[in-house]
Amino acid sequence: MVAGRATSFVILVFIFAAILYNMQRAKTRLPQMRRIAGLDAIEEAVGRATEMGRPVFFTPGMGDVTTSTASETFAALEMMSYTAQFTARNDTGLIVGVAIANVYPLSEQVVEQAYLQSGRPDAYHEDMVRFLSPTQFAYASACMGIIEREKVASTIMAGRFLAEAMLLAEVSSQVGAISIAGTGSEYQLPFFIAACDYTLLGEELLAAGAYLAKDPVRLGSLAGQDWSKLLALVMVVIGAIMVTFNPKPPLLDLLKK
Amino acid sequence: MRREVPVFVAGAIGVLVIVEYFFNVPTLRSWSTEIQNWAVIISAFALGLGAFGLARNHTARVVQKKPDSFNSVLLLATLAVTTVSGVISRTDKTFLFIFENAITPLGSAFYAMVAFFVASSAYRAFRARSVEAVMFLLAGTIVMLGRAPIGEMIWKQFPVITEWIMKYPNLAGMRGFQIGVAVGVIGVGLRVLLGIDRSYLGGEA
Repeated sequence: MVAGRATSFVILVFIFAAILYNMQRAKTRLPQMRRIAGLDAIEEAVGRATEMGRPVFFTPGMGDVTTSTASETFAALEMMSYTAQFTARNDTGLIVGVAIANVYPLSEQVVEQAYLQSGRPDAYHEDMVRFLSPTQFAYASACMGIIEREKVASTIMAGRFLAEAMLLAEVSSQVGAISIAGTGSEYQLPFFIAACDYTLLGEELLAAGAYLAKDPVRLGSLAGQDWSKLLALVMVVIGAIMVTFNPKPPLLDLLKK
Repeated sequence: MRREVPVFVAGAIGVLVIVEYFFNVPTLRSWSTEIQNWAVIISAFALGLGAFGLARNHTARVVQKKPDSFNSVLLLATLAVTTVSGVISRTDKTFLFIFENAITPLGSAFYAMVAFFVASSAYRAFRARSVEAVMFLLAGTIVMLGRAPIGEMIWKQFPVITEWIMKYPNLAGMRGFQIGVAVGVIGVGLRVLLGIDRSYLGGEA
């Protein structure tokens, strides 16, 4: 075992076990889910675009699939697939702006397959998924240009965002587009909350795939995640009590192993 | 098979990298390093694919004489000049000129715009329409005054209250958010490794 990683390993095993157990359990007993307004609003966003005869703009942010932001990007791809299925069925325009090269072929695949599954392969065209630029502000300016020029009716921003978050959200607001945003970045989230109509807060974005699929096994995994959060909560409370009475409790050394 | 093979490869590599992170196994370490090198090479090809897609889309816009196709001409010309000069040498004068006199200042200009966008967005967000919005407005105003020199001139306690807001309620909220995201990341990772979440392969969402 690598020094200093034993506690992380034990916690990881607990989380894996909790998720796998709840996935099995969900096959016989479906867990209760609270509504996530930001994900429910996708249908409304596409419907609005259909009524207005304008396109939907979707961007999976600046996260890659080979870095620590992979989970957010995968969650964004799940949302992209769901959105594309709606735009295909409603015959509504869809523009996907991609910043990261690795995400580009995946996005093409996701959108093309969504149109195929919706029985509208003819409505898919290559111009829908656009590789913009991996340079932060070149990507931001390209997105802003598309939102302005195409006068999009709805903007969906999901994934990892940096300082461009504010620019994209505000331009969407200026053109009167309904905006849905989700990110796991705690520094960009306040900007989205301030500027967007709906915001997915970190874990809500990461739950997108399971929530949208309404598949019992995937929903079960979310229940497993709740067990893990409960464990974290208990550890925080115990830790706070211990540190209050002893600034260097012996348990702290054990957790560092 | 079109779906099963990529899911199996992704799962096996994911498990290998996780095991290598926790355990000292030299063989796994060398495999993991090799796999990560492959990822870099694949990314380079993906960048080429992206540049090709970009050129294809903008060429089509020029050919179809779409509105604003002049921008597409400019993009294609810049793409060609930057690519050729960058391939010749990364210290090529033309390449450095474009980088230092176009890309860098344009990036800075865009970053500077963020401040104005924050102001207009804050104007909308700071309308006291609900209890939460009032709290948002109060906290935002106090922190702004606490961080600006004029705040301390008005009332000496503004920086003290700001420090308290940032150190306790803000940090507590942030940590709760981070725990939720960390657990969510593990959940998504496990679902992808098991092939349950596979819309990235063109599966159902």
